[in-house]
Amino acid sequence: MQHDTYGDSYLSDILASVKTIAMVGASTNWNRPSYFVMKYLQSKGFRVIPVNPGVAGEQLLGETVYARLEDIPDPVDMVDVFRNAEAAGPVTDSAIAINARIVWMQIGVRNDEAAARAEAAGLKVVMNRCPKIEYMRLHGEIGWNGINSNVITNRKRPVKAVKKLM
Amino acid sequence: MTDQPNEQRTFGFETRAVHAGAAPDPATGARATPIYQTTSYVFDDVEDAAALFNLQKMGFIYSRLTNPTVSVLEERIASLEGGRGATATSSGHAAQMLTFFALMSPGEEFLSSRKLYGGSLNQFANSFPRAFGWKAIFVDGEDADSYRRALTPKTKAIFIESLANPGGVVSDIAAIAEVAREANIPLIVDNTMATPYLCRPIEHGATLVVHSTTKFLSGHGNSVGGVVVDSGKFDWTAAGKYPALSDPEPGYHGLRFHETFGDLAFTIHAHAIGLRDLGPNQQPMNAFLTITGIETLALRMERHCANALKVAEFLQGHPAVAWVNYAGLPDSPYNALSRKYMPKGAGSVFTFGLKGGFDAGVAMVEGVELFSHLANIGDTRSLIIHPASTTHRQLSEEGLKASGATPDVIRLSIGIESAEDIIADLDQALKKAVR
Ligand SMILES: Cc1ncc(COP(=O)(O)O)c(C=O)c1O
Repeated sequence: MQHDTYGDSYLSDILASVKTIAMVGASTNWNRPSYFVMKYLQSKGFRVIPVNPGVAGEQLLGETVYARLEDIPDPVDMVDVFRNAEAAGPVTDSAIAINARIVWMQIGVRNDEAAARAEAAGLKVVMNRCPKIEYMRLHGEIGWNGINSNVITNRKRPVKAVKKLM
Repeated sequence: MTDQPNEQRTFGFETRAVHAGAAPDPATGARATPIYQTTSYVFDDVEDAAALFNLQKMGFIYSRLTNPTVSVLEERIASLEGGRGATATSSGHAAQMLTFFALMSPGEEFLSSRKLYGGSLNQFANSFPRAFGWKAIFVDGEDADSYRRALTPKTKAIFIESLANPGGVVSDIAAIAEVAREANIPLIVDNTMATPYLCRPIEHGATLVVHSTTKFLSGHGNSVGGVVVDSGKFDWTAAGKYPALSDPEPGYHGLRFHETFGDLAFTIHAHAIGLRDLGPNQQPMNAFLTITGIETLALRMERHCANALKVAEFLQGHPAVAWVNYAGLPDSPYNALSRKYMPKGAGSVFTFGLKGGFDAGVAMVEGVELFSHLANIGDTRSLIIHPASTTHRQLSEEGLKASGATPDVIRLSIGIESAEDIIADLDQALKKAVR
């Protein structure tokens, strides 16, 4: 599959099918982008499990931080990669090894060889996108700040029941 | 709307002009965009408020920053321009201030065309340097090399109008965009006179597009407003000279906008810092009128351009007229650029010269019976002004000449009335003005 563009239904199907996300490269610094994304996804009802060897064992937004994907005791639907393109390779191999269904690489991160390995193993892949931005875009929230969602709809945009922030 | 998982159907210009940014109201199903005439928005709880204030989620806090009616306008114009996001402002001038506010520090420079709306020349030449220390270097010559020669290490941006007010002049957007790209600085294009229906500067390499929505976008002469659209294509961090967008922001606990928000950075910064701290937000009532106006933009621009061409041709053959400066005329020096950048038409604002001086100009604007004598453009109504006796009155003889507003010049903004009525009115006024 080409990875320059994604259809809205491809992304919304992924986001609708996911319950548990492992975030590789999660930061404990509240002002880092990964922290924003983790907190936002939690507020939309996703469980986000942080992975970061530097702070393994610590608590982050109510979750225990793990050193590696392989250390997570619970099943993981999607791996969100907050690492550079090179590091995304071995992270993708770990995602395949733990039976994740989706590998999602953040904005600026693209590794086509890793994507091909994941797709060969039956995983879906998204690269160079942010799940928070795509979630906001597909739910009509992104336009609130003047951003172009590229969505045309004749339906009421659901006022999503927002899980209380932790 | 497609079975291909990795392809997205794109909608046409007219469809987006009617729909982009708007959806039925989530609470009531109201199909037209409601006017959210409110200053503020209730928080769910303290955590929700904190997430909003920290920019960890998008939402509404206070209408100086964001408002649901205004955000529909922003998304609609962003869509029509092919931009990543847009920030609406109280006027076109406020959009220009907000744009430079994100890019410039005191003592820095930007290059500007000389062929600009007179109000922008005033803003750049007088108020920007005095209030903010931003220096406009006005470029002599309209070709790309003139811009290239004027670059210095302090140059932070280039500013041009796609179709320059008072009309007739078309900029070579792609060539000037190439100069900006080589210098790793953004090209800002004022697209007010062309509108995205006629010209989309981002497709030709512009980084930012500004508008006075007061004109053709709102289109009915009833709402002052402005907007800045970001293409999302400039790497503010790699350029290394736009600290407001790339460096830690003390007003948000050291957040870096570009790193955190990627290609949304300019637009989020323009709301969270620009509108928050300078305060020139657009009012919801004006946004509502402008959203409604934009729904018919394509239809109106077609008629504006068709009428303008007929009027220009009529004037060209008139014995009382010395010259006509309309880029849509085949003998205009800007006709080739106009066909390249605005193939659907050369807009509806242009100038012509009377055979006769200052007094003939005064008699002309006082003699029209359908045209309105006023200082605006881009209305459904046809408008007329004699710059030397009004908008350009403050300029010296020399300044008048440099800006092209010599005493014989009349500026028209052709409306969407019946072309024969517009022409008949000019004909009778010309007879009275030039005897
Ligand atoms: C080309 C152009 N840019 C900017 C402006 C300024 O816009 P506003 O009057 O909405 O501040 C105008 C207004 O005449 C204009 O014609």
